[in-house]
Amino acid sequence: MFPTPVEKSSAAWRASYQALLPIALVVWLLPLIAVAVFSIRPDADFANANYWGWPSAFNLLENYGAVFFQSDMPRYLLNSVLITVPTVIGAVGLACMTGFALGVYKFRANLLVFFVFVAGNFVPFQILMVPVRELTLDLGLYDTKTGLVLFHVAFQAGFCTLFMRNFIRALPRELIEAARVEGVSEIRIFWYVVLPLMRPAIAALSVLIFTFVWNDYFWAIVLTQGVDSQPVTAGITAFNSQYRAAYHLMSAGSIVAALPPVLMFFLMQRHFIAGLTLGAVK
Amino acid sequence: MVAVATPPRGAKRKAKAPTAFGGYWRRNQLKLAPWLFLAPGAFFFALYVVAPILQSFQISLYEWDGLGTREYVGLRNYEELWWDDAFWTALRNNVVWLVLYLLAIPGGLFIALFLNQTVRGIRIYKSLFFFPFVISQVVVGLVFAWFYDPTFGLFNEILGVFGLGPVAVLGDPDYVTYGIIAAGLWPQTAYCMILYLTGLNAVDPEQIEAGRLDGAKGWRMLWYVVLPQLRPATFIAFVVTIIGALRSFDLVSVMTAGGPFGESRVLAYYMFEVALSEYGFRMGYGAAIAVVLFAIMMIYIAFFLTKMYRDEKGV
Repeated sequence: MFPTPVEKSSAAWRASYQALLPIALVVWLLPLIAVAVFSIRPDADFANANYWGWPSAFNLLENYGAVFFQSDMPRYLLNSVLITVPTVIGAVGLACMTGFALGVYKFRANLLVFFVFVAGNFVPFQILMVPVRELTLDLGLYDTKTGLVLFHVAFQAGFCTLFMRNFIRALPRELIEAARVEGVSEIRIFWYVVLPLMRPAIAALSVLIFTFVWNDYFWAIVLTQGVDSQPVTAGITAFNSQYRAAYHLMSAGSIVAALPPVLMFFLMQRHFIAGLTLGAVK
Repeated sequence: MVAVATPPRGAKRKAKAPTAFGGYWRRNQLKLAPWLFLAPGAFFFALYVVAPILQSFQISLYEWDGLGTREYVGLRNYEELWWDDAFWTALRNNVVWLVLYLLAIPGGLFIALFLNQTVRGIRIYKSLFFFPFVISQVVVGLVFAWFYDPTFGLFNEILGVFGLGPVAVLGDPDYVTYGIIAAGLWPQTAYCMILYLTGLNAVDPEQIEAGRLDGAKGWRMLWYVVLPQLRPATFIAFVVTIIGALRSFDLVSVMTAGGPFGESRVLAYYMFEVALSEYGFRMGYGAAIAVVLFAIMMIYIAFFLTKMYRDEKGV
């Protein structure tokens, strides 16, 4: 283990390490802690320029209540859910199949097709922007959640394919060979042999794609416009112009907007980290 | 990797009453199946990713407001880029982003080494250090915009303690890009940290012990024994950081909208501004900017694919 484990070091270093940990954490999260503190201050503190003194009152319920009951925030949150969940299902579903095709079969174009998926996944969004916006307009899906979902599914399929294909290649081949010898059709091999083994990969990808899509901002502002279809990342800017200079509400709103992926991460931490390393670091 | 062996024909179960199609499928399914499984994903990907890239190249040769007719102008959009100061500012900022963003890699390694212990509660600490990466960049941008605020921002409070400031980081053409990059480094460092933490888990303890017996300590141990074993993590960290740097859009958009005086624009943001904002709907000109950005990104994509190709052939 590197560096030397603290339990093997001097008592002095051990104690200072234990003390250093929380201090380092507070410093690291300082900008966020500042916003969290803002979000429970009353309006009056900002009027009196009491930014960093002791809050004159703790308005946790009032501020967050205002976000949830007096603003459009719940609608934006709902939009985000309705965009993110179908995208996760669609992209991961498609990638189970493409990953299977590229991970199991040997055919001439295999590597080429795979590399197109991988390269496409890394291109800058701007090179897609004008044509994708046109396509969405032509399909009559501009400013709809469906339009956004279709694009996200297609784009995320690139990353998901990379991930799934590598995962499937690491599975024991003998299982598939044995099933073939038994005369099991390829479709049934996919469904009954490979898919059950892909559960960990499906979990990891789902958490990851959830976070990616939830946090998307660029496509939200390119493909949608109003409160009917915009997700919370785009909604927060509208929210902020509604509550201009009401920093306690803007802070509370930001925290609400940021929360769902954070919850997802804490609930599914193991899967999340497995996904992030692209399966490259075992 | 074991090669795919075609199973012996005789081993296949005969269908009870094979239809013409069923028989064809059964005979050729090993050839057809991959295309069948690829079809839906490949269709979507071709429609929404591959074709648009080609279309963008084409659109960059036209003058087009997105509604009316397109007028073919050849390479004139690119020529205009050459004389466009805003373009060069954005390109310069992109280079600054690329270089400074790489600080996330040593930064992430440093935090990972700091946290790679087994004391009580360390798991919670690791998760909380990773926190910034999970938050959307829009919120990171807002958080940092307030952090830098000259009237109530914590940044200037801290400067005040040392008798400095106040500095309006986001209002100053000299500091603004660095201020935004610092905000971007926050989640990116967290990402690199988690990559290294996972990598450190896989470091071979025997090699470390052997290094210790040979008298390697501290920096030398890190450089000669640990880092070589972390190469896969370093590679991924490098790839995601470069891509993150070139994709920087959200932070610029939320924190400054390119200002002041366009000094914090990057290509990704300038393209959006040209093509889809109140500054006009110049799709062709925007597409030309996107092509330049794509060309820069292509260098790294090619590098990544070459590495992958070698790994594939190496197996």
